[in-house]
Amino acid sequence: MSVLIYADTINGKVKKSSLEAIHYGSKVASLLGTNAVALVVNSSDNLAELGKYGATKVLKITNDKLNSFDPQLLTAAIAQAANSAGAKVVVFAHDSTGKSLASRLSARSKAGLVSGATSLPNLDGGNFTVRKNVFSGKAYADVNILTDEKIISLMPNSFPVVATDATAEVADFSADLSGINSTLVVKEVNRASASGVAPLPEAELVVSAGRGMKGPENWGMIEDLAKVLGATTACSRPVADIGWRPHHEHVGQTGIAIRPNLYIAIGISGAIQHLAGVNQSKVIVVINKDPEAPFFKAADYGVVGDAFEVVPKLIEAFKTLKANN
Amino acid sequence: MKILVCISKVPDTTTKISFIDNDTKFNEDKVQFIVNPYDEWYALVRALEITEKQGGTVTIINVGPADNDQIIRKALAIGANDAVRIDGNSNESFYVATQIAEYAKTQGYNIVMTGKETIDYNGAEVGGMIAELMGVPYISHASTLDVEGGKATLKRSIEGGYETVEVTGTFVVSCQKGMAEARIPNMRGIMAARTKPLTVVAPVNAAQLTSVKTFTLPPAKAAVKMVSPDNMTELVNLLHTEAKVI
Ligand SMILES: Cc1cc2nc3c(=O)[nH]c(=O)nc-3n(C[C@H](O)[C@H](O)[C@H](O)COP(=O)(O)OP(=O)(O)OC[C@H]3O[C@@H](n4cnc5c(N)ncnc54)[C@H](O)[C@@H]3O)c2cc1C
Repeated sequence: MSVLIYADTINGKVKKSSLEAIHYGSKVASLLGTNAVALVVNSSDNLAELGKYGATKVLKITNDKLNSFDPQLLTAAIAQAANSAGAKVVVFAHDSTGKSLASRLSARSKAGLVSGATSLPNLDGGNFTVRKNVFSGKAYADVNILTDEKIISLMPNSFPVVATDATAEVADFSADLSGINSTLVVKEVNRASASGVAPLPEAELVVSAGRGMKGPENWGMIEDLAKVLGATTACSRPVADIGWRPHHEHVGQTGIAIRPNLYIAIGISGAIQHLAGVNQSKVIVVINKDPEAPFFKAADYGVVGDAFEVVPKLIEAFKTLKANN
Repeated sequence: MKILVCISKVPDTTTKISFIDNDTKFNEDKVQFIVNPYDEWYALVRALEITEKQGGTVTIINVGPADNDQIIRKALAIGANDAVRIDGNSNESFYVATQIAEYAKTQGYNIVMTGKETIDYNGAEVGGMIAELMGVPYISHASTLDVEGGKATLKRSIEGGYETVEVTGTFVVSCQKGMAEARIPNMRGIMAARTKPLTVVAPVNAAQLTSVKTFTLPPAKAAVKMVSPDNMTELVNLLHTEAKVI
């Protein structure tokens, strides 16, 4: 028996959301009295280091057919590895990769899936219940997985990693993909924000602005604020719709759902559809000139004031803090 | 070109969420239901654009009881040739995916389209499950889809960027922003929708893999702490020493 964690990589390096998944998987393994095994594909990284996050063993697949992301082939490979490791639970990060794989594996193995999990399983009364957000963050559901084999995809930023100095045993695993004819070809991979800032779904600090900024020419101070903090920028939907900001910054019910440690919302009214994508943030700061703005009801800290005056002061205050630390 | 568009019935985005039966069931009382926005705005409209340009048919499919006919007609009013309702009654992703995959296998669709997730259960599960059950490629979170000469080109969102992929043969795609612009049904569409064929199909058996034990509403948020706009040093100190997020 074991818990298998699929650890996704970018340029051969294991992603942060996957490190969280490994750590989570190791906790699930302790609950079940077994070990956590990480599965990594085509990586030249020092995989023994994944022991730091709780994996006791790493299965390493090296296969040219898996050089680009093909969920059909990769799911087959993961299923074979899960079989060989005797996995009772398979864990993914609930990111663009995990969303494609977990659902396929669930249908393939007829194994119950909880996607976007935010808690460890509760085993009371012989159940295997995992909590997830539903109704776009407006409620939680405790979902019981009824099948013997179980699949969980873990919401990024919901389970902080704790590193030790353990190391894992690394073993090669060879997957047989000869029976599958996939017609998918990846032509191009473009990661715009490879510049060092975390992509939105993984970001711990987010600075976001809305229509209150009046026009795209005023985003300089938003970017400056983000830069001082090392934060990722986001925006409300109308701002992306009118082209002031790129679409990939749009957060909310119909955009990206995020759960950073800190969300600073500037000139955003706090419509219910906007809140649906950001209400899982740990701390919310709202800066709005209208004291009646609905966003204040969802905020931890509020500033009633004109963004054009407040934001420059906030940047200076953050700079001072940085300088003194 | 034969396209199948999967639509889900969800509560309107402004719905106040509550539960009944000891918090085991969503309270549907006075709730206004809509077509899941991603299914309608992106999957359905893009399917219509493709077939308007190069010919073909768009079929809408929904798994659910007869009450759902209302939102199926709403989707038909935007466009599509006909609709199928699989007369099952379960929200579980695997159940829904099994029904759609079993039906789709018999009909020779070129593309099966879904929204990127539903706004009620937020699973992002059904598309991938359908693809696996049909044994075809799945492209999730696509923001563009173009079809030419038997080959489809799609842009798929990944963290901090995108991937461009090509695929031939049948595939499943989950759609998000960028695919198309939402359409508002006109009077002619609404009239035409009333008489478009809506076929009801009996469900097949599917194993139950999960069950929701309870729903919980998040605890009420503590009152907001207001900071003077003239004292950003205080705000920064609070974030540093009290909230400990920076
Ligand atoms: C089905 C559906 C889905 C939707 N999905 C989303 C979604 O995913 N994400 C999303 O964001 N929206 C979504 N919306 C839209 C949402 O309802 C709101 O319209 C939108 O969030 C408002 O954006 P905003 O706050 O930037 O603009 P506004 O509502 O115009 O608010 C601007 C705010 O800026 C403040 N302001 C103005 N000037 C200043 C200043 N100088 N200094 C400080 N504050 C100032 C104002 O007081 C106001 O509160 C959706 C709507 C629907 C119907």
